[in-house]
Amino acid sequence: MTKRRFPWHIVVFMAPAFLVYTAVMIFPLFNTLRLALFTEIEQTRVFVGLQNFQTLFFDPIWSEQFWNALANNFWFFIIHMLVQNPIGIALAAMLSHPRLRFAALYRSAIFIPTILSFVIVGFAWKLILSPIWGIAPSMLDAIGLKSLFAPWLGREGSALTTLSLISVWQFVGIPMMLIYASLISIPEEILEASEVDGITGMSAFWKIKLPLILPSIGIISILTFVGNFNAFDLIYVAQGALAGPDFSTDILGTFMYRTFFGFQLQLGDPHMGSAIAGAMFAIILVGVCIYLFGIQTRLRRYQF
Amino acid sequence: MIKKTFALALVGTALGATAAYGQDATLTIESWRNDDLSLWQEQIIPAFEAEHPGISVVFAPTAPTEYNAALNSKLEAGSAGDLITCRPFDASLALYDAGHLAGLDDIEAMSNFSDVAKSAWQTDDGSVTFCVPMASVIHGFIYNADAFAELGLEVPTTEDEFFAVLDAIKEDGSYIPMAMGTNDQWEAATMGYNNIGPNYWNGEEGRLALIAGEQSLTDEAWVAPYATLARWGEYLGDGFEAQTYPDSQNIFTLGRAAIYPAGSWEIAGFNSLADFEMGAFKPPVRSAGDTCYISDHTDIGIGMNAATDNPEAARTFLAWVASPEFASIFGNALPGFFPLSDAPVTLEDPLAQEFIGWRAECESTIRSTYQILSRGTPNLENETWGASVAAIRGTATPEELGAQLQEGLESWYEPQQ
Repeated sequence: MTKRRFPWHIVVFMAPAFLVYTAVMIFPLFNTLRLALFTEIEQTRVFVGLQNFQTLFFDPIWSEQFWNALANNFWFFIIHMLVQNPIGIALAAMLSHPRLRFAALYRSAIFIPTILSFVIVGFAWKLILSPIWGIAPSMLDAIGLKSLFAPWLGREGSALTTLSLISVWQFVGIPMMLIYASLISIPEEILEASEVDGITGMSAFWKIKLPLILPSIGIISILTFVGNFNAFDLIYVAQGALAGPDFSTDILGTFMYRTFFGFQLQLGDPHMGSAIAGAMFAIILVGVCIYLFGIQTRLRRYQF
Repeated sequence: MIKKTFALALVGTALGATAAYGQDATLTIESWRNDDLSLWQEQIIPAFEAEHPGISVVFAPTAPTEYNAALNSKLEAGSAGDLITCRPFDASLALYDAGHLAGLDDIEAMSNFSDVAKSAWQTDDGSVTFCVPMASVIHGFIYNADAFAELGLEVPTTEDEFFAVLDAIKEDGSYIPMAMGTNDQWEAATMGYNNIGPNYWNGEEGRLALIAGEQSLTDEAWVAPYATLARWGEYLGDGFEAQTYPDSQNIFTLGRAAIYPAGSWEIAGFNSLADFEMGAFKPPVRSAGDTCYISDHTDIGIGMNAATDNPEAARTFLAWVASPEFASIFGNALPGFFPLSDAPVTLEDPLAQEFIGWRAECESTIRSTYQILSRGTPNLENETWGASVAAIRGTATPEELGAQLQEGLESWYEPQQ
């Protein structure tokens, strides 16, 4: 009778990943949440409980900025959901069409912006849309529609939507690739069987393929949600930390950055910044939970 | 083990350093101006060392974005240089409060500087000055002299003349009257509001009254500049809402715009880019004969590390920085960054000389939001950016903007409550 040995090898093999993940993800996350419970009074750190959150949600100066950033963030997300994901699905459906020529070329061309840096994308689009040097006004002029052009990035009403669409342009490749992958994994037999039953063309997409790729669409939605609520780079590159004009493009990420690190003469406030980061974490957590428990469990999965 | 080696290494460096100080003093300067490295090494330091044998000086700059953080940790660790280049206002004040910068009022040459020049490096009550003012930037308008000649325009001195000139340029149509955008926001506040504003609030008089709580941002003097800015909108180029700072610089230096609301730091860059004659005029006064006020904004100072091993040598150097000789070398090497001492300096660059000449005609002040008033939340400087942009774009009335800024300031600044 030999006693079973403790499986040390599992511990040893998991240790590096566990340690690295703890050091760079879990510890900073909890430390940020902890930092949100303190404030600095006369150069010493004092525990104040939830007072920072109270300031953030109820102090008129802070809450106005917070709700503005949150509302902008939702608009940013809605545009992605309404524009990026349907276009991604449509592109994937077209690419997976067996008779499409140059499919690989289109696929790469549409995916390439995704691997570009935000700085390049932000700068390139600012130049394209620039009323002074941009090619957008001259292209519209060439087809006689110059009157449609406006300095979109400089107007409060259009700046956020413009930036959202730039972001959609950049990232439309991701839903396209994911959907494409699940579309081509649908077995031929199912499609042939449906053809025998008289379901062809568009109705084959709506009745057969779409239900089969719903789980992928769910994953894409949640990735979009998390990505959008963590967004920061594009706004910062295109509009700066003040997210102009008049904070109309301010999202939670830029609001947090400005508060945490300070800006120009405004000194950084790590404690309020952490409180905003905490609020962002809670929003994302709630969103992901709603998806995981409310939606994903109800999606039907099919085994091929 | 590793700790021990590290400690030994530290002791070793310290010993080495002390040995070097034994004979002659070596002063190390901390700075963020790495652009100026060759100026210091080739002109300023040789000039000083020639006069003061026995003191050698090393200029050791860090990248501007890293300077504050790097300097703080060096000061904490006791490894910072003997001389510290000072950022204006709160950043340096915090260093003085923490005991890292020495008070310098006993240096005789400090009397070469005006109170305005010293205001960026003083305690709030003005009792101690802890950095020698080195350079300032002056605001005004740079214009395309060729365009003015072509259209037969005179340099405006009053606000009415200013808008008449803008109207004339607009009517002619071959130039954009004024090159400025509102995309980056700060130009509207810095080159707009704080450029023309001192003529309204009478420079230092209004600025100090605002700090003391005797005036408020809803007063006519503080609101009226927004009304003037609101008139600028129609003279800026098409799509100015999305025009960035580099766009404006390019539009002007390419000769497409006639007037550029400027800070003097543009001079060196514009000289190398523009192939037309340029001139400058100061912010126009409200009516002919009024006293003119200019924003002569303090930007760079230099102070002494309180923990330096060579306080005497450091003081000698600072006294020399306060002298007219330094002012002349520095001002000529960096056109657009003006020495702050009262001693008259002649600059070879005509554009820079034009700017610095205004000091003799006008009263100097600094940007209204920089001292004390931008310590709280909401931050008055950042709010002023947004307000100036809103004024130019016409999205809010001047009165609304004044009320909104005052409300923000009152919420944390006691003298205004």
